[in-house]
Amino acid sequence: MTDDLVSRVARLPFFAELTPAHLGELCAVARPGSYPAGERVFAEGDVADRFWLIEAGSAALDLRVPGRGDQVIETLTAGSVLGWSWLHAPYRWQFGAVARERLDTIEFDGVSVRERCEADQAFGYAMLRLFLPVVTERLHATRLRLLDLYATPAEAAS
Amino acid sequence: MSAVTATAVTGSALPHPYRVASRRVDTGDTVTLELAYDDTPLPAFAPGQFAMLTAYGIGEAPISLSGLPEAGGGSARRLTHTLRAVGAVTRALHAAAPGAVLGVRGPFGTSWDVPSAAGHDVVIVAGGIGLAPVRPVLQAVLAGRSRYGEIVLLVGARTPADLLYRDELRLWAAAGVQVGVTVDRPSDGWTGHVGVVPALIPAARFDPGRTVAFVCGPEVMMRFTARALLDRGVPASRLRVSLERNMRCGMGWCGHCQLGPLLLCRDGPVVDYARAEPLMTIREL
Repeated sequence: MTDDLVSRVARLPFFAELTPAHLGELCAVARPGSYPAGERVFAEGDVADRFWLIEAGSAALDLRVPGRGDQVIETLTAGSVLGWSWLHAPYRWQFGAVARERLDTIEFDGVSVRERCEADQAFGYAMLRLFLPVVTERLHATRLRLLDLYATPAEAAS
Repeated sequence: MSAVTATAVTGSALPHPYRVASRRVDTGDTVTLELAYDDTPLPAFAPGQFAMLTAYGIGEAPISLSGLPEAGGGSARRLTHTLRAVGAVTRALHAAAPGAVLGVRGPFGTSWDVPSAAGHDVVIVAGGIGLAPVRPVLQAVLAGRSRYGEIVLLVGARTPADLLYRDELRLWAAAGVQVGVTVDRPSDGWTGHVGVVPALIPAARFDPGRTVAFVCGPEVMMRFTARALLDRGVPASRLRVSLERNMRCGMGWCGHCQLGPLLLCRDGPVVDYARAEPLMTIREL
């Protein structure tokens, strides 16, 4: 862990609510990373053992559909968390992710974070408070898209 | 900044004949018509206000102003309206060819009050055909560029093919506007964002404490967008939405467009979110 990394992580609004001690614990298992445009960050079904905070660039979540290739479900931009399957069994990615453009990230070791959550309930609760809004927000966004709000009545009925 | 207040009714009860001067196809079901008056022009429209457009023999429909007239010259006092063919009236308006005569009543309703955003960052968020009523906001802000701070335009569409003003989106980006575009359903080859338009708000660069936001689109989209803007710190009093109900007379007489205490043809369509929010979640309204 370097001071530079701690200050980069502390700058991200996502971690604003964390205490300095919890931030330090998280940074102990973090490292900077980058992916060129088009590089796969993770693939559906692989072991989910990490998560990323996007500092710059964007990533596309995708799903392989037989006969249609990789279908993009959603894109994530700077400030977003990429990946939460590391949090819950069976710890496998439910979707894939590809760098849409050059992606600068801070990568966290999900297995270590999970172990700390088990060992320190206050830390675990802090993580829950960080990630639950992310899950909720994505659920809301998915529900909004299910409504097909921009469709004409005819399109919505078809 | 003062709240947006109702303007005095200036529109007409009788349609004025306007001729279709030009017709541009924007998407598979959407066109932009430029209308030139035949006899006497209606009073000038402000961004946010709407006209009742008549397809003679079929009916009339409320359509917002979607462009500012060029200053001076032959196109002054022309009206620009972007409309989507959805029902019988809008299908007839959509089909109107250059030279066709349409009836126009207006201007009706409140404006976006763009000048009051001077000295602030401007954030415009539009969903679907909702980009049309905020296009004049962007045109007005760009015409007086030095009076405004950051300019952000975030656009959501159903599919890439449904995106309005695609050439202008590129021009606006080249002019320094932060343009973010996202679609619900990407097509093959789409390299832009996928997802809902409120998701673009956290990464946009603007100072929430000195921002005026203009939001237009389906009501549910506006609620979620407003929530995201409030979360960033934009005050509800500086957040404006465009509400729509069944506009008929345009003058607050018939009551068809009532939303609680508001008659939207007169007290809207542009309403401060602080005033609109409690009304948008009442099922009976």
